[in-house]
Order: sequence, then C-alpha cells, then structure tokens
Amino acid sequence: MDAGAQLGLFLQHLINGVTLGAIYGLIAIGYTMVYGIIRMINFAHGEIYMVGAFVGVTGFSLMALMGITAVPLALLLVLVMAIGFTAAYGWAVERVAYRPLRASGRLAPLISAIGMSIFLQNYVMLTQGARPKPLQPVITGGFTIWEGPNMALSITWIQAFIILLTVALMAGFTLLIAKTPLGRAQRACEQDRTMAALLGINVDRTISLTFVMGASLAAVAGVLVTMYYGVIDFYIGFLAGLKAFTAAVLGGIGSLPGAMLGGLLIGLIEAFFTGYVSGAYKDVAAFSILILVLVLRPTGLLGRPDIEKV
Amino acid sequence: MARTLPDRLKDAALAAFVALLLAVPFIGLTTINTDVGLRVATRWDWVLWAVAIVFAGRILFGFAADAVSTRRRRTEARGPLVSEAAGRTLGKAFAAAAIAFAVTLPFLPFSDRYVLDLGMTVLIYILLATGLNVTVGLAGLLDLGFVAFYAIGAYTFALLAKFFGFGFWIALPMAGLVAALFGVLLSLPILRLRGDYLAIVTLGFGEITRIVILNWQSLTGGPNGVGGIPRPTLFGLSFDRRPQEGQQSFHEVTGIAFSSEHRMMFLYFIVLLLVLVCAWAVWKLRRLPIGRAWEALREDEIACRSLGINPVLVKVSAYATGGLMGGLAGCFFAARQGFVSPESFTFIESAIILAIVVLGGMGSQIGVVVAAAFIVLLPEFAREFADYRMLLFGAAMILVMVWRPGGLISSREPTLTLAGGKQPAESVVRGVGS
Repeated sequence: MDAGAQLGLFLQHLINGVTLGAIYGLIAIGYTMVYGIIRMINFAHGEIYMVGAFVGVTGFSLMALMGITAVPLALLLVLVMAIGFTAAYGWAVERVAYRPLRASGRLAPLISAIGMSIFLQNYVMLTQGARPKPLQPVITGGFTIWEGPNMALSITWIQAFIILLTVALMAGFTLLIAKTPLGRAQRACEQDRTMAALLGINVDRTISLTFVMGASLAAVAGVLVTMYYGVIDFYIGFLAGLKAFTAAVLGGIGSLPGAMLGGLLIGLIEAFFTGYVSGAYKDVAAFSILILVLVLRPTGLLGRPDIEKV
Repeated sequence: MARTLPDRLKDAALAAFVALLLAVPFIGLTTINTDVGLRVATRWDWVLWAVAIVFAGRILFGFAADAVSTRRRRTEARGPLVSEAAGRTLGKAFAAAAIAFAVTLPFLPFSDRYVLDLGMTVLIYILLATGLNVTVGLAGLLDLGFVAFYAIGAYTFALLAKFFGFGFWIALPMAGLVAALFGVLLSLPILRLRGDYLAIVTLGFGEITRIVILNWQSLTGGPNGVGGIPRPTLFGLSFDRRPQEGQQSFHEVTGIAFSSEHRMMFLYFIVLLLVLVCAWAVWKLRRLPIGRAWEALREDEIACRSLGINPVLVKVSAYATGGLMGGLAGCFFAARQGFVSPESFTFIESAIILAIVVLGGMGSQIGVVVAAAFIVLLPEFAREFADYRMLLFGAAMILVMVWRPGGLISSREPTLTLAGGKQPAESVVRGVGS
C-alpha cells in the first residue's frame, strides 16, 4: 500500500472509532452523573441502554406498520418514544432498587444493581424473545470524502448523523448542567447532599431526575446502535455497559467532559486495535489501557483527586 | 404514619401509571421474528393485568408497611435478632450442626445423585465465597473479577493433565499456587486504587482472563474447551468400573459392590474437606497478625499506615489468599466436570460469588454458608418456573438487599475486642461513610 492509501485507511478507522466513541460517551454520561451524585455504580445502566434499543426496534416496526415512511419524522417519533419509555425505566430502577439502600454503605446498592441487571435482561428476553432482532436500515448511503487509486475514504450518513447528534446532545447537556436551576441543584447535591437539602433543594427529586437524564441519553445511544448495526439482542447491555463504565472511569468518574473523552478514547482504541492488530483482543486492549491509566493516574484523566479525610 | 384512604389511592394510582409506562413497550408491544422482518404483536390484556396487580399490590404493601412500622415502634427493637453472646453460642452450635449434616449427607436415606450433585455445587460456592470473603469481607478490597481465579485454577489442572498427564492431587496445590500468583500479579497495579476504581479494574481482569482463554486457541482450545480431565483417585484407587491398565479400582480392593454413586460420594468428600480446611485456615488467619491487619485495613487505611502496618503486604496477601482458594475451587470444578470451557467463567459467576459474600454479611463464615445454600438452592426450587428462574433470581437479590442491607448475618464486628468485651463505637462497626 502506498502512503496515501495508508493515510486513507487510518482516517477510515478514525471515523469508525469516533462513531463508536460517541455511542460509548452517551452511555458513559449516565454512569458518571449517577456516580457523581450518589457515589454508586449503577450496574443496571447497560440494561437501560438495551431497553432503549428494544424500544427503538419496536418503534421503527410500529412506524412501518402505521405507514410513516418519511425518515426524519419516523426518526424523531422513535427517538421521543424511546427517550420517554426508557426514562420511565431509569426512574423506576432508582425508586425500586437504589433509593431504599441509599444510606447503607457501598456494597448493598452494588449487589442490588447487579440483581436489577439480571432481572432486566431476563425480563426483556421473556417479553421480547431470545432471538436477535434485525432491523431494516433506516438511513442508507453516504458520501465519499476522498478517492484514491485503490482506496476510498467514505463516511455513511448514519455515521455522520450519530456524530452530529451526539455532539449536539453533549453541548445541550453541558449547558443544562452549567446554566439551569436543575443543573445547579445537581451540582449542589454532588458536593454535599445534606447541605443542599438544608438549602431547600429536593434531593430525592434531583437524584430521580439524574437517573431520568442518564436513561434518556442511554436510550438515544440504544436507538443509534440499533440503526448503526441493524441487529440487537437482549444481551447487548452487558458489554456496552462495561465499556461505557470503563470509559467513565478512564475519563475520571464524576466528570462530564471526562465521560465524553473516555468514550471517545475507548471507541478509538477499539477501532484502531481491530483495524491494525486483532479484533478478538480489542476488549483486552481497552481494559489494559484502562488499568495502565489508572496505575499512572488513579483518578482518571480528568477526575479530581479525592481528598483523604482522617 | 396514619395515612388516609384517598392518599393511598393516589399513591397507588401513581404506581399504576408508572407500571403502565413500563408495561406498554415490553409487555404490551412485542416484535416477532418472521422471514420478512419483524412483525408487531400486541398483548394489551397483559398490560391491564400488570397495571391492576401493581395498583392492588401498592395498596396492600402500604398497609403491610404501616403495620410493620407500628409493631417495630412498639417493641423498640431494631437491633440484632439475638444478643451478642447468645449469637456466638448459636453460631458455634450452627457450625457444628452444619458440619455434622454435611458429613452425614451422603449416607442419609433421601440422598441420591441429584442431592450429592447439588451438595457439591453448594460446597464449591462456599469455597469460592470463603476465598472472596478474605478479599472483600475481611480486607475490604472490592473484587468483581473473582471468577478469574476460578478459571485459572480450572485451566491449570486441565492443561497440566492434558500436556503432562498430571493427576488431581498433584495438580491441586499447583492450581492453588498459580491462582495465588495471579492474585499477587493483579494486586500489584491496583495498590493505589480504592473503592470503585478497584471494582472496574478487577472486573476488567476477570474479562481479560476470559477473553484470553477464549481466543488462545492453540493452548486452551478456545470455545471448545479442554476435555478428558482425569478423575481424582483415592491413594491410587480409581472409582471407575473398569480402571485403566495398571490401576486398581476402589470396589476391587475393598470388596464393596461397585456403584457409580461411590465416585460422587468421593468427590463430595474431597470438596467438603477443601471447604473445611479453607474455613479453618481463614478462622486461624483471622487470629494471626496478618488477619488482624486485613480487618484494620478495611476499617481505616490511613490509621493502619500510621500504626506501621505495611498496606502493600496486607493487600497482596489478601488477594493471594483469596486467589488461592478460588484456584482450589477451580481445580475441583475441573475434576468434577471432566471438562472446562470459558462459558463457565463469565461475569455472572463473579456477581453470584460476590452476592453470596454480601448477602451472608461481609466477613461472616456462617453467613457465607447460609447465603451459598440460599443462592444455589433458590433457582433449584424455582425449577418448575424454568424460564422465569433467572428473573426471580434477580428480583430476589434486590429484595434481600432492600430487606437486609447488611446481609443475612450481619457481623462486621472486629475479631479483636478490648478487654472486658468493650466494643468500638457503633459508627465504626457499622462502617458509616465507607
């Protein structure tokens, strides 16, 4: 291969990696926000994303049934539907499995979350069937950015859509946290829940809304993945959740820009490792880099160090 | 909290509305795979049932919760179920009874292959949880990838048998040592980490181990696994009907009529012995300086360091001890199955082992035994529900945690108490803020 083709291949992996990273980033935000506010790993978050993907598949099938063929309209309706229903799941999970355990240490909520994860997986398998769900491509085509003698660099519309939507959502989300009263309440709860409650912030409601927001973003990620890969099953939540959680820790758990950066890095590592080394070991690469980063910088890339109190 | 009926109805209506939202996309709507793609099917009657059940359940639950809280206020007792001294006597009595039951189980009239098989599964999980209890329960180091040690132990035996023809009894200590070595290797990079970072790194370690086993085809056979693992022998006596050349069999030497159940009983006693030895070792270790250091580290790392305890040594030894027991359990698992494949070592196993430790009340050996029996036997009792087993399992995990967040037997008391049986402050024992 000549240098041009090599560069083209590199850029192609870059585009694939950014797309993947965008999806991981969307899921990772849910982990990082929940961790920031109640210091707990929401182990069931991967399943929430899977729930979102299934609502997406059902939604697209419904759109076809109702004869809504205009892609932008169908897409909008499905996204709204997925966000609404998945947010309800996020809310219910917190209410049922985590709120009663808020005052009881670190491990009890973790076990409860693992139980919730097992429950949701089997619930979806029983109600929707164990077979993978295929989906007709919703957005097809793409455009070629650059064409060489034996190599073409192209970006599909769906990739472009995923990247743009993620950037827009993340920008909106950053604004939400930085500028709105809700975002201020969340940051206050993150710093000191008791003090926030004393100052009249409804802590329970703020925590619930944090779960709802995390679930909404996971729902978007689920719909995007359904469109990107065209097939889902009830088991996708585990690995995606694990990667997204890795991304959140890599970026520094509790930090919003950290989650985005971590997601992007995990996506890129996966794409380049698959492209240049081996697909089978791509997860090993992601975890190894995570361990390496944590050894060198135990609080993640953008995380604030915990102050040790005696 | 005397609540009025309209209040209750409003509350239940809200719950029913949420149930409706949850039920519509999954119970109400479903997609069915057909040749031409997905077909949407509806089950609105089920949604109606789900909403009605939640509505009625919420009202009943409200009454029940009020009744419980009233009674609790009357008795003023939210303390332990039994007093501490009585608890200790009770614990000893329970331990003796449990051991006696475990030893006599194979000879009891109702005991058959199925019961023995189940008994072995419970004992394997007790062994695994005893190991993890050292890391998580005593030293307070979270480990979500414990299954890696289990896998390493199992594959150590499988590969030693495959390539070098090793038997079970030589492979057993080696499997334990190799797993302990991996415990040391794992603990080195994570000495500086704590809490949730520890969780993800250990989880990653577990996944890396599984992926490497799955993909290193030339050594491990990949997804096909390793088969033909030899059965354990009793001082060279085999439990087969027709032993291999140059081997004698148990029934020939002892003159007892051959029964395939004897092999099961033999395997059962091996794992029982392993469990007893490990439980005894942990019990002893807890009284040695290293065991005291583990518990001190769990309570407060900074205080530990300022008292001159070397946290590196303490952490490494905790992981190594836990790993050793995981490796022994893995070796036995390989011997019992005669076949190992990566499928047996998924994350869900780690989760179940951790659930046993937490459910049992961290650090409690009796708790581990009770919780292991609970976790293994629960899906067996739910066998008639077949498909719903794992669903119920997940729900039970949540319910038990909500009901008793400290575990079934909550014993986070330090092994060491001041003279006169004085206990540290309540907040220290409960681990507030940890």
